[in-house]
Amino acid sequence: MATKNLDIPTTHIDYDFKDEDVSVFKTPKGLNEDIVREISAIKNEPEWMLEYRLKSLKCFLEKPMPTWGVDLSQMNFDEYTYYNRPSDRLSDKWDEVPETIKNTFDKLGIPEAEQKFLAGASAQYESEVVYHNMLEEVKEKGVIFLDIDSGLREYPEIFKKYFDTVIPYNDNKFSALNGAVWSGGSFIYVPPGVKLDKPLQSYFRINSERMAQFERTLIIVDKGSDIHYVEGCTAPSYSKDSLHAGVVEIVVLEGAKCRYTTIQNWSKNIYNLVTQRAKVAKNGSMEWVDGNIGSAVTMKYPTCILAGEGAKGTCITIAVADSHQILDSGAKMIHLAPHTSSQIISKSISRNGGKVNYRGLVRHQKNATGAKSKVECDTLILDEKSTSDTVPTNMMMNNESIIEHEATVSKVSEDQLFYLMSRGLTKEQATEMIVMGFIEPFSRELPMEYAVELNQLIKLDMGENSIG
Amino acid sequence: MSTLKIENLHVEVGDKEILKGLNLEVKTGEVHAIMGPNGNGKSTLLSTIMGHPKYIVTQGSITLDDQDVLAMSVDERARAGLFLGMQYPQEIPGITNSDFLRAAINAKRDEPISLFKFIRMLDKNIEELGMDENLAHRYLNEGFSGGEKKRNEILQMKLLQPRFALLDEIDSGLDVDALRVVAEAINSMRSDDFGCIMVSHYERMFELVKPTHVHVLVQGQIVMSGGYELVEKIDQDGYEWVKELGYEWEQNERQPIILEACGKKESLK
Repeated sequence: MATKNLDIPTTHIDYDFKDEDVSVFKTPKGLNEDIVREISAIKNEPEWMLEYRLKSLKCFLEKPMPTWGVDLSQMNFDEYTYYNRPSDRLSDKWDEVPETIKNTFDKLGIPEAEQKFLAGASAQYESEVVYHNMLEEVKEKGVIFLDIDSGLREYPEIFKKYFDTVIPYNDNKFSALNGAVWSGGSFIYVPPGVKLDKPLQSYFRINSERMAQFERTLIIVDKGSDIHYVEGCTAPSYSKDSLHAGVVEIVVLEGAKCRYTTIQNWSKNIYNLVTQRAKVAKNGSMEWVDGNIGSAVTMKYPTCILAGEGAKGTCITIAVADSHQILDSGAKMIHLAPHTSSQIISKSISRNGGKVNYRGLVRHQKNATGAKSKVECDTLILDEKSTSDTVPTNMMMNNESIIEHEATVSKVSEDQLFYLMSRGLTKEQATEMIVMGFIEPFSRELPMEYAVELNQLIKLDMGENSIG
Repeated sequence: MSTLKIENLHVEVGDKEILKGLNLEVKTGEVHAIMGPNGNGKSTLLSTIMGHPKYIVTQGSITLDDQDVLAMSVDERARAGLFLGMQYPQEIPGITNSDFLRAAINAKRDEPISLFKFIRMLDKNIEELGMDENLAHRYLNEGFSGGEKKRNEILQMKLLQPRFALLDEIDSGLDVDALRVVAEAINSMRSDDFGCIMVSHYERMFELVKPTHVHVLVQGQIVMSGGYELVEKIDQDGYEWVKELGYEWEQNERQPIILEACGKKESLK
């Protein structure tokens, strides 16, 4: 791998940096109707959006905490800040981005990555997009790639037509929370018949103690179009709990294709409770490439609703749980139409006492005749302290479809370690190599600089404790 | 010149003692052939020298010049110049052969090898060994045929340039042509700075790579040592005559020696 030319930080310190708080405005801690009204007012939103936020807030307050999955009883919603705006204006030139913010991105290697690979970057810093740049190709083809506030302001009709249609505010407690206080995120509309060769990319991170981030992304890929959207986050480490409850809604229209790639590396104190769902029309295709490395708790199950005949859904996911982490992730494939197909590949690793779960659902509805699904989940447990559960749910409501399910749980084999060490690799290097090989089916799906960064992040953690 | 010296080596696997006081001294410049019926400890000897955790040394010593090999971890042994060409090389999915080889080469160096130099070296050796060009980009041993795996072991030996190579049935799974290529590669390594211990059942192998010393290992001990004439005798007469010298061993009926294309020259009797 050509890792040499990329400026990847090589120590933990580089990933745990923290800049001065440059926020121009933030709301007081806690959540109530006034705060929601204030957020909406600051953003100059139309009346319907304020109403939407208020009904979401009501729903959030009424809904009980989920009682399945991970225990969330330690969360205190009064301890979070729900809105935080770092900079007054949106810049479309890198030069205009404030210096401290730029430093942060520099440390993350954004400009290099952008120059080499990116079609456009919407870098979200705290709650709002401060940097937005689109290459000529994207503009020329008529693709709309904006921060979500601008999307609402500039394209209200498209926005209103699709917003909340895939993930209604009352879907779950955290989608309701997001509906009330959402801020930042991306808005993408790809007109019919447009194919982008390069991925669109956004990069964001949380940078304020106990700052909650509620990004909202809405992507519409119109008929016959094809895009790859990449979103990555790294966050600095803080001592206080922080909350991330994002919502990503994707509409894939007839014959269109969308790939959404994300690697979350929230610092190890963040509750990462995300709802990601795509609705796929006839002969459309949705691919989730979903990596989970960071956070204290993650609950995230990228979903495809295969609504039209011949629609296809794929989810390739990894989760790497270290000490004090509980990563509960997986995928859901809901087949509503005939001849739909889906595939889930999940690779989970737990180490140093971490807990990693695969939780998945494949559901073939009555109409989904001739549907096919394949689920493959592999787990690698690196030591005695670490644990993993696999919780697959497969439901078939008709007699004419197929679900295949395979699962393996393994340890690093003594013979593999011996083989690699007999060539001079240390035990750490050998273990790292086996782990890298294990997640390779995931990392090969990533754009190159992301694959490099992912390997780097995992190696950082591997270096700390020798295995077994 | 270096010396690998094994003295009074006792080794257990599980609760069973496999090696029972084995002595062997190998110098660089020498090639030692270890022969003997199956299940008598040949592979155990080689794996123990390399440090496989399954093999427990209960007595004795292994030294490389003045270094205590038994005190070293597996990777330290490798970096000290030992190499084990395995009978059953492991498959490591997701790691390309070339990434692995480069990491292994760098493990022995202070400064990492330049990519250009590495590729040149790799290509040259792949060609010499008559290997598939794509091999460098395939995952380490995954889906390799038996013969490809063995050649890959030899490729690693050539790239890592050990002081002592321990080759465990490196000829099994090879057809006649491949055997010749592998033998040539081993011969090309022979020098005053390279020693080798080879385990094989086949005279053919030792005809192509002429050993300087030949040992018969029975019941966990070396019961006879000599020169190439011992290989010829075993090829003709098998091991029955060893029993006449007063050595007994359990015949393991379930593990017959499978002769392959390159096996005995003599037809099976």
